Amino acid sequence: MADVLERIGWEVEFRRDQTCCGQPAFNSGYRDEARQVARHFLRVFAGAEYVVVPSGSCTSMITHHFEELFAGDEAALAEVRSLRSRVWEFSQFLLEVAGVEDVGARFEKVVTYHDSCHALRELKIKDGPRRLLRGVRGLELREMDTAEECCGFGGTFSVKFADVSGAMAETKIESILRTGADGVVSIDSSCLMQIRGALERRGAGIQTWHLAEVLANQ
Amino acid sequence: MSADDVRGEILAKVRAAIGRERERAAPEPPEPLLKVPDVPLDERIEQFSAALERLSGKVHLAATGEAARALVEELTSQHSAIASNSPLLREYGITSLPGVFTGYTDAAELKQACASADVGITGADYALADTGSLVTLSAPGEARIISLLPPVHIAIVPKERLLTGLDELFTLLPDPAEQTSSMVIITGPSRTADIEQILVKGVHGPRMVHAILV
Amino acid sequence: MKPIPVESLRATLSNKPLEEAIYASTRRLMEKRAAAIPEHLREDFESWREQANRIKRHTLENLDYYLELLEERLRARGGKLVYARDGAEVARFITQVAKEKGVRLVVKSKSMTTEEIHLNEWLGKEGIEAVETDLGEYIIQLAGERPSHIVAPALHKTRYEIADLFREKLAVKREEEPEKQTLIARRVLREKFLSAGLGVTGANFVVAESGAIVIVENEGNARLCSSLPPIHIAVAGIEKLVPRAQDVAVFLKLLGRSATGQPLTVYTSFLSGPRREGEIDGPEEFYLVLLDSGRTKVLAEPRRRQSLYCIRCGACLNHCPVYRKIGGHNYPWVYSGPIGAIITPQFHGMEKDWWLPFASSLCGACGEVCPVKIDIPRILLDLRAEAVREKVRSGEARLERLAFRLWAWVMTHPKAYEAAGLFNLALRDDESGWKDGVPGAFRIGPLKEWLRFRKLPPAPAKTFRDLWAARRQKEALKE
Repeated sequence: MADVLERIGWEVEFRRDQTCCGQPAFNSGYRDEARQVARHFLRVFAGAEYVVVPSGSCTSMITHHFEELFAGDEAALAEVRSLRSRVWEFSQFLLEVAGVEDVGARFEKVVTYHDSCHALRELKIKDGPRRLLRGVRGLELREMDTAEECCGFGGTFSVKFADVSGAMAETKIESILRTGADGVVSIDSSCLMQIRGALERRGAGIQTWHLAEVLANQ
Repeated sequence: MSADDVRGEILAKVRAAIGRERERAAPEPPEPLLKVPDVPLDERIEQFSAALERLSGKVHLAATGEAARALVEELTSQHSAIASNSPLLREYGITSLPGVFTGYTDAAELKQACASADVGITGADYALADTGSLVTLSAPGEARIISLLPPVHIAIVPKERLLTGLDELFTLLPDPAEQTSSMVIITGPSRTADIEQILVKGVHGPRMVHAILV
Repeated sequence: MKPIPVESLRATLSNKPLEEAIYASTRRLMEKRAAAIPEHLREDFESWREQANRIKRHTLENLDYYLELLEERLRARGGKLVYARDGAEVARFITQVAKEKGVRLVVKSKSMTTEEIHLNEWLGKEGIEAVETDLGEYIIQLAGERPSHIVAPALHKTRYEIADLFREKLAVKREEEPEKQTLIARRVLREKFLSAGLGVTGANFVVAESGAIVIVENEGNARLCSSLPPIHIAVAGIEKLVPRAQDVAVFLKLLGRSATGQPLTVYTSFLSGPRREGEIDGPEEFYLVLLDSGRTKVLAEPRRRQSLYCIRCGACLNHCPVYRKIGGHNYPWVYSGPIGAIITPQFHGMEKDWWLPFASSLCGACGEVCPVKIDIPRILLDLRAEAVREKVRSGEARLERLAFRLWAWVMTHPKAYEAAGLFNLALRDDESGWKDGVPGAFRIGPLKEWLRFRKLPPAPAKTFRDLWAARRQKEALKE
């Protein structure tokens, strides 16, 4: 991601103290613990001009759920509201802030795209990554028939309800296999991990890539 | 606990839940969202025909009352039919067709008659163009079950009564309860897909609906 | 608090034909809904959803007013309003009316509310036969089963199962064609309609200002139940109210499309009281029974009150990737899918049903399709937090809470976080890196479950931080 951003002329800073947005605890019902971690996040990224995030679910945690987490804490809420407009998922940043659709990438593969749920439904990201992929030289994009269906990760859901999660992953990889693509691209590493894990277990030779990897390739 | 006590208890719970005091001015509901588009009659007729035929109903156009009568005669030949007491049906001479029985005013008799009739003929107060629907209001001249029990339903509708859709219906009839105990919007033949999602028509209501626009 | 019913879930998932039936039927319903909302209708559809949400919010915020208005108007139309605190009171009332009027046979049309209260069992105890007349419900009743979907109760049954069922229970020739099976049911049920002394229906909407109810259906059995027998009793939850007849229009436009992709269902009945003076047929007596049974409890929680907006379309079920795998029978109550997951614990408490809000990957598809814009994902998260609070209170969450506290500590201490990253490196397999070979000590509990379906990703050769540091050094050297 840093490669791509620098290539198109942006200065990239990595703040070493960053850890997590708090989503795992929040989704599991542990709001106090989530708040602690979220507070750390606010501290680390205070004053940043833009915060670019290679994950739809982390981005939506910050932009859609931080407010609820800090309800009643006016000082924190002020920070949340200020930061919110500067936090961007990677593909959205490229298209809407940097105004770039072609990042000079080359990737000679047939890929299919998986719509991660938070990105799709909370951030309304659907066309963007596809436009970026189409701007990649040598890349062929094939749609799978269940692109918008959940891969089954859902954080601790994949542990608490492992069987259901596994069944959902099966459906997803069957859909991927039907496209005949070399691999699947997504903007969320957790989805990729879920899908990759199921593919490896199946022994299929399909690869998984984060959008940033594809765009960084030259 | 008496019925009154139960009522009191539930209302008290509701009030407590929403944090309301007893005496209050009547609330203002949001403005209804009713859009009545401007659609010329022949377009409405086309829409209506397309919509009802898509549902496997049939739409016939009759230029006059006599034409309507002739259509009904054709559709009911060799079959027994019950017609409602709608003045319109009498006016068009439909109630005097052979094989058409009418004039029932007793519910039990009507029930028996409809249970064995092949066709039920009614008027319709309105029709809705966008969905291919018929609207029937229960009245002295219009019983409920004639359009329901027999396996075939024929409805006669004056074409001026063909509205654009639901929004126009509720604009003209802001409260159907003022006119009738029963307003039924009929959109095609009775159907079900409860068995393996396979469509079957005529499960309890009519399997065939004919709308004759006059 | 009860454990997650893992075995039951596993049983459904390993029943391949059942799993395929559920997945395929829901896909069909999804496609139908999508086809009913073409491009040129999208904007209107969104404004309908907004309006419906607004109307429901307003009605519930003023529910006491509308209940009193309803009672007054219904009385003016010759009907009677009856309140019931719980299912038993509804059943007692209906049974009482039936006994007083010497009713032996009751015909019923589909009603989730009467499903909730097991009405048929109550009537049965008094020797009163109650027959379900909706085809799917009739089949389920004959089979002695529970419906598996709000809108398509017999979704899980094949025609062969139905053929066997009809032959056994109805003593008819075995027929496998759905059309013939339907005709058999029509014939049998028609007898019942014509002789029943009482018709019981639900109500999709209750119109306060009109003193009326609205029933939508495709088969015609609700019309028969509400027009043929001399007495009609409708049962509905108190949350079914809307203010005026004109408000019903927007709900009708949303309901059919969301449920089965129909712009309107075949029959929409607007019924206000018994037959009027001069009308030829229709019931002589009409009662509307309004049920609380936990609704006032949900009403009292402002953030979760929207759970009561539900118009029972089933769209959330059809789009839920979890429901589409496990089907309705794995949900403990009559309401399944995402709506079931949020209202069951709210009505019944967290003790048995705490796990329902967790049985979701939070994909958000439900909230996206809900015609009345219930923010189901938000309520799921809210209920999860409540479940945790209860578990902490009862001392059941000790280990899990400790884990999250530790996790939070690491996440707020960057040096510890970095150290943890290095530890992960140390676990790295040397060849492909794929972690099927997780050290035995770690293959326990949740990790073991997780590993049944997937391998762990390889740890990277270097942590990102190392890479970043190296990159910065390189740049510094260049300058």
